[in-house]
Parts: sequence; structure tokens; C-alpha cells
Amino acid sequence: MASSTLTTPIAEIGSAPVHGGNRSTRKRIARAFGYAGLVIAAAAVLLPFFWMVMSSLKTNNDVFTVPIQWIPKTFVWSNYVDIWQKSDMSTWLKNTMILSVAVTFLQLLTGSFAAYGFSKVRFPGRDVLFLAYIGTIAVPWQAYMIPQFILMSKLHLVNTLWSIVALQAFGAFGVFLMKQFYETVPEALSEAARIDGLSEYGIYRRIMLPLSVPALASLALLTFTKTWNDYLGPLIYLRSPNLWTIQLGLKSFVGQYNAEYALIMTGSVLSVLPIAIIFMLGQRYFVEGIATSGLKG
Amino acid sequence: MATTTVVARRPGSRLKWRNTLLGWSFILPNFIGFAVLTLVPVIALFYIASTDWNAFGTARLVGLDNFTRLLSDHSFRIALWNTVYYTAFHIPLTLGLSLALALLLNRKMRGVAFFRTAAFFPYVTSIVAIAVVWNMLFSPEFGPINQFLTSIGISHPPGWTTSSTWAMPAVIIVGTWREMGYYMLLFLAGLQTIPPELYEAARVDGANPWQRFLNVTIPCLRPTTFFITVMLTIGSFNVFDLILVMTNGGPGQSTLVLSQYIYQKGFVENKFGYASAVAIVLFLICIAVTVVQFVINKRREN
Repeated sequence: MASSTLTTPIAEIGSAPVHGGNRSTRKRIARAFGYAGLVIAAAAVLLPFFWMVMSSLKTNNDVFTVPIQWIPKTFVWSNYVDIWQKSDMSTWLKNTMILSVAVTFLQLLTGSFAAYGFSKVRFPGRDVLFLAYIGTIAVPWQAYMIPQFILMSKLHLVNTLWSIVALQAFGAFGVFLMKQFYETVPEALSEAARIDGLSEYGIYRRIMLPLSVPALASLALLTFTKTWNDYLGPLIYLRSPNLWTIQLGLKSFVGQYNAEYALIMTGSVLSVLPIAIIFMLGQRYFVEGIATSGLKG
Repeated sequence: MATTTVVARRPGSRLKWRNTLLGWSFILPNFIGFAVLTLVPVIALFYIASTDWNAFGTARLVGLDNFTRLLSDHSFRIALWNTVYYTAFHIPLTLGLSLALALLLNRKMRGVAFFRTAAFFPYVTSIVAIAVVWNMLFSPEFGPINQFLTSIGISHPPGWTTSSTWAMPAVIIVGTWREMGYYMLLFLAGLQTIPPELYEAARVDGANPWQRFLNVTIPCLRPTTFFITVMLTIGSFNVFDLILVMTNGGPGQSTLVLSQYIYQKGFVENKFGYASAVAIVLFLICIAVTVVQFVINKRREN
């Protein structure tokens, strides 16, 4: 996989022998600039998150102060209790969890299955069909969301959780990602299994699936995150408040309690927390998924 | 004669049949969902755009009427202009910053692995949370950003999302902040495919770091840069949820973009036909820009 290069340390580019003190001073200055750049960039990326977490632990009046209070004077942990009573957080989280798990499961199953068909079975029309798949990745969803909505309402899926499952679970992206991986598995492996009398379904289940665990993990994490964070799909399809996902809920909470700055931040932290945990545990797979889909795309 | 050829071909064609069935049996579960929910809507889009469908009553074919109406639609023109505005700044900014970050990370330094993870984090965070936090950071009176600007001597810091001149820059900043980590990863992967011998050779020829960057790094990165530019273009023209949550198109129509206009016409005003016409314009712009980039890329290759 192309991505494996990402995780290995990179040979230093400026590794030529050092001639005299002049060169080494210049190098040291370059290094200092490098670190300074890194620190500034890290601050730019992380400060908003830091501010979010810290504000979620303040009282309302302490969120906007002059000068900025980076660390709360007293930590108001009770925000994290109050939010459950002031909002329907538990319903939103439950709905989002159900959707994310169902979509991820279906996407992995149908995606890897179809990818096997595309990469290991030869039949006429296969490449044209795959091109149609890839072609639609380039078509923005915004362009066809209206016909899709009309179709869904004809199928009576609007305002049910099924609409989001249908929307997200059959993406071409999963097929594409898995196919990229299957193509790196040597044909000799499945050939040997065929001689041993295994059917194509057997080869998929016994050989391909176990081999593709890293790719499946990448796809699972990316799909889960995408479904968890989706705002537009739920916005269009989920009208009743008892179906809302965390993103819709958070947005409505912000509108309803627009002066409760600290609680809004608490809600934001809670909506980000599950993804943050998953991201930290599986960042390797995130990076690999991005690198494979990106590089060969 | 005819029968013998059929007989002779039989084993081969049976295998073909078997493989076709087998192949489809693998693809079908995904394909049904894909065809119904993506392929059919994409095709239906072109039909709906030529009707006056508005959720009540039946659709009447009106040919290109919707498109001619677009030409004199003031809001559409604003949306188009704003989309171009966003794109024109978001692409170069993101491209530059993500390349700079990738170059920074592509060396042996402490903390590189940590930063690679951190920079990618905004990209996996939900738009709603990001928009909520940034809206507070941008808060005109006591927001941390304006406090910082005041402290470095800017006496009248901008009103950001409350001002019609500064709302779009605010959205562009957040969009760039969110996506640069993602493209940085793609650039990093591209940088690591450049053979070190090339740099060595350039050094032997007496090239300074800037010349090495121009004559080794940039040409070797061209496939990556091309891919990223295409992705960024499609992404910028379709910018939607960030704007919807951060500014909802406002103040006034100062951040109204095409995707949002489709949404407004289609889902708020139920003018399916007219909204689909806007969608087709958006779609065609994306295709046109992508094709132009393909052609430029091909020409540079030769």
C-alpha cells in the first residue's frame, strides 16, 4: 500500500556532509525556523479546540472576558450534568449511534462484496459499470439531492431513520477503497484456493475478508465519522425532533439557548468527543484510508 | 456449420455466463442501493430541470425556461458570484498552506508525528461544532480573535460574521483551517514518492534550496497537486454546510452560495424544477473546471 510509506520515518533531505561552521549555523537557524513554524501551526490548529473545552467548563459570564481567560477560574463540571436536562442529548446521541453503526456495517458488507466482484471476477461490462461508479463520486451530492429527495418521499422513507441509512450505506467510495486494496492481493492466492475447491464466495469470506482487515478498518472509521458528522442529510430528511441526530440537535440547541455560551460549548464537546476518541485510537487507519483513496484517485 | 461453431464455443460461453452471474451476485447488493439512490436521481435531475415542478400539482415540461429565467435572477447571480469569491480564495490559500505544512513535516523533527495527527483533527470534527466554536471566536466585541487583533494594534477589528464585507473572509478562514490538514496528508504522501537521489543530483549541480524546490519538488508533485486542485475545486464550488451553519447565507445575501440557493429554492420554496436548473448549472461548472484542469495538466506533462 502506498500509505505504508507515510508511517515510516523519512530520510532527512538535507543530509549532505557539513562543511565548516557557517553551514552548521545556517542549518541550526533553519531548524529553529522549522520548529517555530511547527509551533505556530500547531497553535492555530489546536487553540480553537482548547478554547472550546475550556469554555465548556466555565460559567456563562466567564466565556467572553477581557483579557481572555484561557483556564477557567473555577471548573464548572456541573455543565456536563445540566446539559442532559436542558436538552434531548440522550435521544440525539442514541439516534446518531444507531445510524452510524448501521450505515458502517452495511457499507462494509456491500462495499467489500461489490469490490470483490469488480476486482476478482471477470465478466463483460464490468469496467463500464465501475466507471459509472467512479463517475458519480465526481458528481456533487448537492446537484442531485432534490431528485433523490423526491424519490425518497415516493418510497415513504422521508422522516424515518431509514432515509439516512439508504443515503449513506451504498456509497461508491467504499467500493472504490476496497477495490484498491483487493487489487494488491496476488491473484495466485485466490487461484490456489480455487484449485482446492473453494467457491468464489468461500474465497471472499475465508481469504479476502481476513486479509483486508486493515482496509476494512479504514473504511469503517471513515464511514462512521462521515455519518456521525453529517448535517445536511439529517437536515433534509429527519423532521421530527425524536429522530434528530446530534448535529441537528446541537444546531437547534444553539438557536434556542443562544446566550448560554458555556452550555453550547459543552454540547459541542460532547458531540465531538466520540469522534475524538475513535480518531485517537485509530488514527493510523484514518491516515491510511486517506492516503490510499487520495493517491490512486 | 453453424451448429459446430456453437458447440465449439459452448464451454467458453458457459464460463462467461457463469462469471457474469457470479460477478453480478457480488455487485448487486451494493448496486441496487447505488442505482436507486444515486444513478436514477442523477439522470432524473435533467428531466426535472426542464419542468415547472413545484411540489403541488403536476410537472409540466417547460424546456429551457428555467435556464432563461436564471439569467435574469438577481439572487442567482449573487450566489454565483459569492461561490466564485469563496473558490478564488479558498483554493490558493488551502493549496499553499497545506503544501507549506507538508514541506515542514517532511523532515526529521521532534513532534512531527503529533502534529500530523493534530492537523488532521479539524477535518474529522463535525461542521456544526466547528461553526459554533468559530462563530464565538469571531464574536465582534469580546471574541478572542478581535481581542488579539486589538492587542496587536488594530483599533477597529472587523465584525466578521456580523458584517457583510467580512462574513465571507471569516468563512474562507474556517474552511481553509478545516481542510488544510487533509490536503497536507495527501501532499506528504506525494512528497515521499520523490526519490532522494534527485535532490542529491540537484545539490551536486549547485542548486540552492529554493532552486531545488522549484525544479525538483514542484515538478515531481504535479500529479498530487493536480489531484488536490481538482478535489479542492469541486469541494469549493459545492461549499454548503459550513456556510449554512456559520452564516446561513447572511448577513443579507453576502455569503449566499449556489448549493444553498439550490437548497432554498428546492426545500424551502418547493420549486423543484427551478432548483434543479440551478443544480445543473453547478454541476456543469464543476465539470467544465475539471476538464480545463485536465487539459492543462496534460499539456504540462508533454
